[in-house]
Amino acid sequence: MEKTFTFLQQELRGAGRVLGPCPDSPRAPLAREALRVQEQSEQLAQELREVSHNRASLRGRLRELRQYLHVLREGQRFTSLPAPLGSPPRPRALSEREPILDPSLHQHLDRKINFVAGVIHPWRVSAFERLLWRACRGYLVASFVEMPEPMEDPATGESITWVIFLISYWGEQIGQKIRKISDCFHCHVYPYPESEASRADTMSGLHSQIQDLSVVLEETEQYLAQVLDKVVLALPTWRVQIQKMKAIYLILNQCSFDVTEKCLIAEVWCPVRDLTQVQEALRQGSYKSGSSVECFVQRIPTSESPPTLIRTNKFTAGFQSIVDAYGVASYQEVNPAPYAIITFPFIFAIMFGDVGHGLLMFLFALWMVLYENSPSLQQASNEIWLTFFEGRYLILLMGAFSIYTGFIYNECFSKATVIFPSAWSVATMANHSSWSSDYLATHPSLTLDPNVTGVFQGPYPFGIDPIWSLATNHLNFLNSFKMKMSVVLGIVHMGFGVLLGVFNHVHFQQRHRLVLELLPEMVFLLALFGYLVFLIFYKWVKFSAADSLVAPSILIHFIDMFLFTSNAGNLPLYRGQVPVQTVLVALALASVPVLLLGTPLYLCCRRRASRTSRPAPVAAAEQEPLLEGQEAGNSVNATKEDVESGGPSPDAEHSDFAEIFMHQAIHTIEYCLGCVSNTASYLRLWALSLAHAQLSEVLWTMVMRNGFVRLSYAGGVVLVPVFAAFAVLTVAILLVMEGLSAFLHALRLHWVEFQNKFYVGAGYKLCPFAFAPDAWE
Amino acid sequence: MVSLLCCGPKMAACGLVLSAWGVVMLLLLGIFFNVHSAVLIEDVPFTEEDFKDGPERIYRLYEQVSYNCFIAAGLYALLGGFSLCQGRLNKRKEYMVR
Repeated sequence: MEKTFTFLQQELRGAGRVLGPCPDSPRAPLAREALRVQEQSEQLAQELREVSHNRASLRGRLRELRQYLHVLREGQRFTSLPAPLGSPPRPRALSEREPILDPSLHQHLDRKINFVAGVIHPWRVSAFERLLWRACRGYLVASFVEMPEPMEDPATGESITWVIFLISYWGEQIGQKIRKISDCFHCHVYPYPESEASRADTMSGLHSQIQDLSVVLEETEQYLAQVLDKVVLALPTWRVQIQKMKAIYLILNQCSFDVTEKCLIAEVWCPVRDLTQVQEALRQGSYKSGSSVECFVQRIPTSESPPTLIRTNKFTAGFQSIVDAYGVASYQEVNPAPYAIITFPFIFAIMFGDVGHGLLMFLFALWMVLYENSPSLQQASNEIWLTFFEGRYLILLMGAFSIYTGFIYNECFSKATVIFPSAWSVATMANHSSWSSDYLATHPSLTLDPNVTGVFQGPYPFGIDPIWSLATNHLNFLNSFKMKMSVVLGIVHMGFGVLLGVFNHVHFQQRHRLVLELLPEMVFLLALFGYLVFLIFYKWVKFSAADSLVAPSILIHFIDMFLFTSNAGNLPLYRGQVPVQTVLVALALASVPVLLLGTPLYLCCRRRASRTSRPAPVAAAEQEPLLEGQEAGNSVNATKEDVESGGPSPDAEHSDFAEIFMHQAIHTIEYCLGCVSNTASYLRLWALSLAHAQLSEVLWTMVMRNGFVRLSYAGGVVLVPVFAAFAVLTVAILLVMEGLSAFLHALRLHWVEFQNKFYVGAGYKLCPFAFAPDAWE
Repeated sequence: MVSLLCCGPKMAACGLVLSAWGVVMLLLLGIFFNVHSAVLIEDVPFTEEDFKDGPERIYRLYEQVSYNCFIAAGLYALLGGFSLCQGRLNKRKEYMVR
């Protein structure tokens, strides 16, 4: 049946019709309905074939008649002129071609002259002439003329200007030779009536025939159009129906036969929550198909690991997909996606912080979200656009968070906003230092000393003080701030990742890991890097501009902590710093062997203990819930034990101690080294936000500033194209390029630095059967 | 009458977005220049002499730049209106039977 459909579709395309999509979604047809569809479609195809065939033959006939008409008309030109016998219209060496006949002989032979007229392909003309000349030795006169209008070649379908030839000869045998030769050359030969009157009769007859034929042809074309209309109406629905049938049979083929060979058995994965729905559907299906035996569902035990199904709505789907892109969660593992809904846009925003750009991104995403139900947006074919559209909620949150961080960094298209009055007072400093004009002229850069009363009036209420955007040491200040911020955020993020492991350990009944893995991991992280965070905050709080000259350097303290040395010039931050640091380092170092050896030793002991006692209780405990299910028979209601325990399968018992130890050693090394390298990796938050700020400033300075240079009113007109260029470059460079870059780095931070603290991601997705017509083409 | 339609639907939409953004941003910039915001000092085309005799000359410069911004905002409003008309003409052409 699909072949018939393809044929119909080809015919439609040939006639220039377009097949529209199926308007409704028809049900899958039963077997007898399918037969009906098959009959109808074959009938239509047959009709179509007949009509096309008729049309082709009619067209061929018409063409022949027309050619004949032309032949007669042109031929008249030669034979109606008595004196120059067959003077050819084309310039040629006349002496060679024409036999020398004097008029007396012409009248004598006139009665016996016969004609062969026909049409030949223009490329074969010269060969034809030559052969005729050689074969008939001059006892003929051949004249060639081109047809006035080009006609279609039946074989190739292209339109060629045919050449009409008229051969006058005398003698029977020459006539036969000529006919044979023209047959070889695939010429169409037409009977050429000799006398004027018969020629005129034939011509008028041809005229009327051509007219009749044209009328018939028109009717045929109309009928063909009607048949095509019918096809256009019916074809889409049929195709969807047949595709549904194919899908059903494909699924049925995957089932296996029962022992009695009377029914099919399918082994499926099904969410426990949907079991009642499945039963309902089976019951309805049996009822509708009118069979006597009901289909039913039964639980069977399996040792395979089940697939992962995470139910999402349109908002969470985007975030779940970026987590799944790294690895689908293992069965019943903790899912980082709900946390990523907030942490991912936030980490993106730290690298992207700018109020103006964030606002543009937010508005763009808002437009996509508000119009998400419009069909023109949903059915776009551009893949890049579809990717943006799928992530519209992602972009919405990213934009919103970027506005927030933009206010923190106090950047709006690289300009600071003065929402609150600045806390620095230049006037006070000027009055205090009594800067004279000469002093100002010779010193291009001046320092505002916060130790002078009145110069610095306290911290800015929200964000960074706008005066920094006018300061030349803007970057010195901002770099220190952003680097410390990146490290703090990184350690918090990683600590959170380690904590999420608690859910995994509790759920999979591995409480020993809480003490033997989580605890040493947290101790290591917090003792070293948590202490660094503490130092950062402590220094921010305790030290002020008054003791800025003697303020201790955290970096040197941190290095000295590991080397167990001390630097005389570096004052301690608080009393008793050295012993505290020693204890912390000792704690961290002590946690490493616990992490390395704890779990393997514990598992080893447990195995030895279980080998001495009977292994049966362990196995029986696992079998119980399954027995319950089978006892209950067909009524399968979800109870707590019904859920498959996809945790450590019995195979774990058989692995070597060496393998466990190796695995744990790798984990320890990865974790400890990872703590250091991942903390440094978070510095990309600083790097990218710096890059974004600098790019934004460069764009403003080099593009937008040119619009303000002219002071006359012409400057206003110049500002129009300058602003247009600024807008286009902002979108292209700062929104698209920087946005993608920050997105990528935020994603990497999540996938690697965050998720390798707790996530395994070795599962596979549940792919239920779904019918989309296009997928089955 | 010759057809007034010279842009396609996408270009009209781009023009509209650009004009809206231009109007809002240039208006705000004009207002900020008008109140002599210190943050925008680098954008004002001053020379050495403008710094003599008090801030009055700098303030005049600020105000001139702000007027330029307002002119540009007005021109963008015109461009926006033009894009809106083009967009509407495009929509009308879509509905007409060819």
